[in-house]
Amino acid sequence: MSFLQVQELARRYGATTVFERVSFTIEKGEFVCIIGHSGCGKTTILNILAGLDTASAGTVIMDNREVAGPSLERGVVFQGHALMPWLTAMGNIAFAVRSRWPNWNHIQVQTHCQKFIDMVGLTGAEHKKPAELSGGMKQRVGIARAFAIQPKMLLLDEPFGALDALTRGTIQDELLRICEATRQTVFMITHDVDEAILLADRILLMSNGPGACVAEIVENPLPKPRDRHSIHHDPQYYRVRNHLVDFLVNRSKRYQSGELGNRGQAPISAKIVNLRH
Amino acid sequence: MSGKALSLAAALLSLLFLGIFLAIWHVATVPKAQSQAPVDEYAKLLGKGAKQAEGFPTLAQLGEAAAVQLTDPFYDRGANDKGIGIQLGHSLARVGAGYALAILFAVPLGFLIGMSPLLYRALNPYIQLLKPISPLAWMPIALYTIRDSSISGVFVIFICSVWPMLINTAFGVASVRRDWLNVARTLEVRPLRKAFAVILPAAAPTILTGMRISIGIAWLVIVAAEMLVGGTGIGYFVWNEWNNLNLTNVIFAILVIGVVGMVLDFLIGRLQAAVTYVE
Repeated sequence: MSFLQVQELARRYGATTVFERVSFTIEKGEFVCIIGHSGCGKTTILNILAGLDTASAGTVIMDNREVAGPSLERGVVFQGHALMPWLTAMGNIAFAVRSRWPNWNHIQVQTHCQKFIDMVGLTGAEHKKPAELSGGMKQRVGIARAFAIQPKMLLLDEPFGALDALTRGTIQDELLRICEATRQTVFMITHDVDEAILLADRILLMSNGPGACVAEIVENPLPKPRDRHSIHHDPQYYRVRNHLVDFLVNRSKRYQSGELGNRGQAPISAKIVNLRH
Repeated sequence: MSGKALSLAAALLSLLFLGIFLAIWHVATVPKAQSQAPVDEYAKLLGKGAKQAEGFPTLAQLGEAAAVQLTDPFYDRGANDKGIGIQLGHSLARVGAGYALAILFAVPLGFLIGMSPLLYRALNPYIQLLKPISPLAWMPIALYTIRDSSISGVFVIFICSVWPMLINTAFGVASVRRDWLNVARTLEVRPLRKAFAVILPAAAPTILTGMRISIGIAWLVIVAAEMLVGGTGIGYFVWNEWNNLNLTNVIFAILVIGVVGMVLDFLIGRLQAAVTYVE
């Protein structure tokens, strides 16, 4: 049994179906990215996995238990960082740590927080309020907060969307390093094809909404560990990249119109794409 | 203009305005040189030519009255002759009691209303109806039911302080950012901890805004309330001095009311600044 199983998930508002027949699995330690245009329901899927939202149909099973609400087993990094502005960086992380281990004393909490602050490279900024931090630093605090509760799975909702390219690259490297070290299971939304190729083991491609579905699942053929500075020299890199960009530009629409797939009906299972030679 | 220069210029201009105001006051009230002409019958009939010292007080008279009041602010020579310090103490005690009761009532209730859209809608018509009623209109009912003028004053302060706090607390709690609540949910934070560690700090600036509006209104209302019920307090002092035709003391009391109101606002303002966060 896979660690996470998403079966026949659907979300409807009245007569409008945002997405339907969304099924996929994630193995323990796997990094999965989901790509799709705005309005296809990516964030809703993530919120359902987090337990913050409920599906109109379908089930989510994690570690043999159905997801029925929010849980400390799943850490979420929110799109807008969602730090509490009246707490310091350390305070925000400590808030999460105290929720996870209510019986810990002050020293234990501080030591644990410091470890994760150091891990995301925020040493020295512990006692700053979010308003005094740059966008990249705020998102680092958000990541540290999610990692600090040591969840079984990490859910990232387009965490680097608002960052400049340079900062984004640095934090991507850090995330990659941390995930490799901790063997963390991750589900992440992104709009950035290069980010997906760098980070993900598998990439879920969603067709356009309304009536969206996971149309293709692309296995990333590039071997681990992947490095941002040399990845584009890999002969397979542009094949994967072209496949993904092609999907976003052309095929996402054609899946929606029924030109591809089962004539307007969402496919029961996504097409598995293996681009390995 | 740099910040420092601007502050200096503003201070100088303030002083200039004060100077102009005092000069006009002085010129307008300086005793006219009395013509020593014999008073004719007609003037006597009209009351003119009698002692003219009871006109609008001069600056010197005000200064004198202030010095007298401030050298012994706590004297007590019977019901109608107490020092301004004692009168202020009575007023502040009533405002403090009414205001504290209002906090104890409005903040928890506002919390509930803010958390529950159902309660919000159910109670909103009553709040809108009760809010615009002059707190003094409650006075007869308070006097009739409580049968104590001092406690009735406290009740009037309570009723006028409660609405801004209630409305602001409910609004502050209802508009806590969804993101922060979602963080609390994913961390399985218990309801009580969520209320005190997430919602309260998030809504605190709005709640304090309500409290600041309330203290201002309470200090406005206490003067009128004490004029109405009499007995003690700064409002009663003003009314009593008016009955004594002692305008000098009335003006002095007005100044004191202004200063105390400013201090109260400043104190709550400091508290407000302490809980305000930058997003």
